[in-house]
Amino acid sequence: MSIDLGLPVVVDPSTAGRPGGLHGVPAVPEGSDPLTKKDFTSDQEVRWCPGCGDYAVLAAVQSFLPDLGLRRENIAFISGIGCSSRFPYYLDTYGMHSIHGRAPAIATGLVTARPDLSVWVVTGDGDALSIGGNHLIHAMRRNVNMTILLFNNRIYGLTKGQYSPTSEVGKVTKSSPAGSVDAPFNPISLALGAEATFVARTMDSNRKHLMEVLRAAAEHRGTAMVEIYQNCPIFNDGAFQLLKDRGEAATRMAHLEDGQPVRVGSDRVVVRTELGSVAVVPEAEADPESIVVHHVDTEDPSQAFALSRLDAVDQDVVPMGIFRSVSRPTYDDGVRAQIAEAEDLAGGPADDDALGALLRGKDSWTIG
Amino acid sequence: MTTLPNVPTTKDVHRLDRVVIRFAGDSGDGMQLTGDRFTSQTAILGNDLSTLPNFPAEIRAPQGTVHGVSSFQLHFADHEVLTPGDSPDVLVAMNPAALKANLRDLPRGATIIADSDEFSKRNLGKVGYASNPLEDGTLESYHLHALPLTSITVDALADHDLSRKDKERAKNMFTLGLLSWLYSRPLQGTEDFLTAKFAKKPDVLAANLTALHAGHAFGETTEDFAVSFEVPAADMRSGEYRNITGNTALAYGLVAAAQRSGLPLVLGAYPITPASDILHTLSGLKRFGVTTIQAEDEIAGIGAALGASFGGALGVTSTSGPGVALKSETIGLAVSLELPLVIVDVQRGGPSTGLPTKTEQADLLQAMYGRNGEAPVPIVAPRWPSDCFDAALEAVRIATTYRTPVFLLSDGYLANGSEPWAIPDVDALPDLRVDLATGPNGVDGDGNPVFQPYLRDPETLARPWAVPGTPGLEHRIGGIEKADITGNISYDPDNHDLMTRLRQAKVDGVVATIDDLEVDDPTGTAEVLVLGWGSTYGPISAGVRFARRSGLKVAQAHLRHLNPFPDNTGDVLRRYKRVIVPEMNMGQLTQLLRARYLVDVRAHTQVRGLPFTATDLADVIRNAVHELHGAGPATIPANPTQQAEQTQQSPESNEQESTR
Repeated sequence: MSIDLGLPVVVDPSTAGRPGGLHGVPAVPEGSDPLTKKDFTSDQEVRWCPGCGDYAVLAAVQSFLPDLGLRRENIAFISGIGCSSRFPYYLDTYGMHSIHGRAPAIATGLVTARPDLSVWVVTGDGDALSIGGNHLIHAMRRNVNMTILLFNNRIYGLTKGQYSPTSEVGKVTKSSPAGSVDAPFNPISLALGAEATFVARTMDSNRKHLMEVLRAAAEHRGTAMVEIYQNCPIFNDGAFQLLKDRGEAATRMAHLEDGQPVRVGSDRVVVRTELGSVAVVPEAEADPESIVVHHVDTEDPSQAFALSRLDAVDQDVVPMGIFRSVSRPTYDDGVRAQIAEAEDLAGGPADDDALGALLRGKDSWTIG
Repeated sequence: MTTLPNVPTTKDVHRLDRVVIRFAGDSGDGMQLTGDRFTSQTAILGNDLSTLPNFPAEIRAPQGTVHGVSSFQLHFADHEVLTPGDSPDVLVAMNPAALKANLRDLPRGATIIADSDEFSKRNLGKVGYASNPLEDGTLESYHLHALPLTSITVDALADHDLSRKDKERAKNMFTLGLLSWLYSRPLQGTEDFLTAKFAKKPDVLAANLTALHAGHAFGETTEDFAVSFEVPAADMRSGEYRNITGNTALAYGLVAAAQRSGLPLVLGAYPITPASDILHTLSGLKRFGVTTIQAEDEIAGIGAALGASFGGALGVTSTSGPGVALKSETIGLAVSLELPLVIVDVQRGGPSTGLPTKTEQADLLQAMYGRNGEAPVPIVAPRWPSDCFDAALEAVRIATTYRTPVFLLSDGYLANGSEPWAIPDVDALPDLRVDLATGPNGVDGDGNPVFQPYLRDPETLARPWAVPGTPGLEHRIGGIEKADITGNISYDPDNHDLMTRLRQAKVDGVVATIDDLEVDDPTGTAEVLVLGWGSTYGPISAGVRFARRSGLKVAQAHLRHLNPFPDNTGDVLRRYKRVIVPEMNMGQLTQLLRARYLVDVRAHTQVRGLPFTATDLADVIRNAVHELHGAGPATIPANPTQQAEQTQQSPESNEQESTR
């Protein structure tokens, strides 16, 4: 049996009118000094390796958070284990550095219990896609209101250089001296397959793009999964070098922009094929009718998924930007709505009389 | 609805002081429901009672097979009832498999009521009966009532427009009606229950009511039963009562604790036998602000609970032994984060999948030690089904006061067993209000106010609980070792040593707020102490009562707190010449006690998936008393383990072994 829930999404009137992801989260009071990057910087010394891509992401997040206009105490960062999972220590918000792979599960409990928080999960390719794969897909399936930053450096850094679930086949590492025979995940395809409502990719070295994507992710109500290409200078240096070289990047990146045709560099375009997939062809050879125009809010994820499959090992084509951003009821709103409805039906929150009635049940008897 | 007039029976009514009935049938025969209803009718009459459901792990095992037999045992009396009864006075066997599976528990002279319709050649063959035991004299030392229950039920429903199969399904209600007549139980409660249950299926309702009444009338008119019985009400403390199972009591205890603490309850759980009913019950209590998160796995269940605790809720996870194994790493994280969290372990037979529907107490050492590193966790165990309510409140008290994960160790016997419960007065429940951190609690080097997340309360050693949303208390916590007071990451050797000892001292310090171990030693001169924990309380108490009745002096004590132990535990143990610990495991509490107190405690162990019987334990006590006085065991020890331990540990018993 199933029933039509018809649950209203609970919106705090005091924050209505703001982007969905920020509903219910208290803003900095009007008239007070706006927060700055300094307000979000903790007193702890940052301890990543020199040249690590994590520094750039941290700086971008610290700079970007004040723009959301939220109270600092209403932001929480939850991480798992790995280099990137040290992130919360360096932000002066509430934070938890948890255990390997479990951050999305812990965040699910926090988000469900606390609609007034902006909750961020910081994770890596090993943390999210290997040991924590189960929690990642279920958070996205449920559409729990959180933003997941998945730092993808395609290597295990903290354990000193083993291949990860995003390392390419043939990758030579300490644990794969003859080359890895492990086929990798495409995190974007995985997220779309897991019914994620917001899926994006950006890069540590592109601060402007990173901040744009993060803002859109934070403002999304539901699970926002952001893959961040991030360089590990020690164990996988140069993994994304082709995309950092301005000249190379210009020919390889497919910038996904809402309402725009998808282009790769200046002379190639993405077209639909007869098989339902997409392909990259020189613009001169393309049938204008078949050129893919990107719409982030298309309900059907098929085209977004097709775009995610353009990724190639040689990084000949790399889509960047927001693949998908659609609206769907979130798990935590649903849970809270059912509780609110039950309390309303009963005439308000339970008091001692209600508890007494529960304990007595319907089948009690009296002696003496 | 037709209601049976309350006509006094025309047959003689004999008075009994106690009865043990076991309903047994195929898993699809509705024996659990029949037992539940009979229990409810019995409770309303004011008898004290105790129940033991026993069912297979398979939802519908192949029909008519011994491993598909489901049973429900009920012990009711005009006096205090401590156990579901060692052996049934009455066995209701709905088919040959039910007879075969249960006959060995039946003492000679017991009553058997069997559905003779089901004793077909085919069904007899399924369980290896060469001839029909109802006819071949096998059961001549029992009071046998072989009745065609199925066909009488079908006949009684001749006017009902239902398939034969549906009519046959009402035979459990016919049987319930018959047993209700036999033991003078009122039908009203069951009529009301059926009316509510089948409100939308009037045909089925009518058939069940007809069958119920037909069963009652059959008892009154058949010559098969010459007399009926009554068991007068027990002399129970005055008050309002209800019947309750351990799992329901535990769920209600958590709700009550949430309300008394002012914290919203968040349960993160994954379905697992025999704990799922806690998830089911709490899922239906949204009106109490209860959030239930059915997680993708056991790990996510506790993760969500811990995340909720971080957010200032009362985080709880419920599971059984295999689930605890998966949650261990997160329990360790909770130890390190020093956040309140309750882990409910409804123990079942292990290892691995083990015996999912059967009871055991073999997770004590897992709860105590099953984590990496030094990770002490307080442990609380209820002793009877309704005690799960109070034990839940106690677990929450410790968790919130000391900011620590706490184990609540129930088991399958308590979870599904039921008994009358004196409904508590809400006002009399403990006050569990919690003080959350509201502002800075220290100053930095420059004299500015700061928040120090690991600055401890001098009395409890608990750290402040500062929840997100509180301005000025932003802080980071994690599983990496933290510096004392500041909570910053620290790899300093002295700090780790200090923090490890502080966490241990905090858990040890719980002892200051728990009661001493109470000893029941009426003469004050007993030399043997029986010490138990958890669900063995009923059988131990009954065994002690038997032993005392036969003139033996024996003391009894029962532990509610397994970590830390009550302050006087060592003194109590040393006061007796012989301490026996009956446990449904291989001697786990015994190990803890021996290690901690260096006392020669003896285990009496059993891992049969079933509770101890009182008579077995009375024998164990008798042996121990006689052994001390050099008389040798009165009967052979109940199991080889006990015998082995005695020969290993005690030179005296070696001599006795050789003289026997």
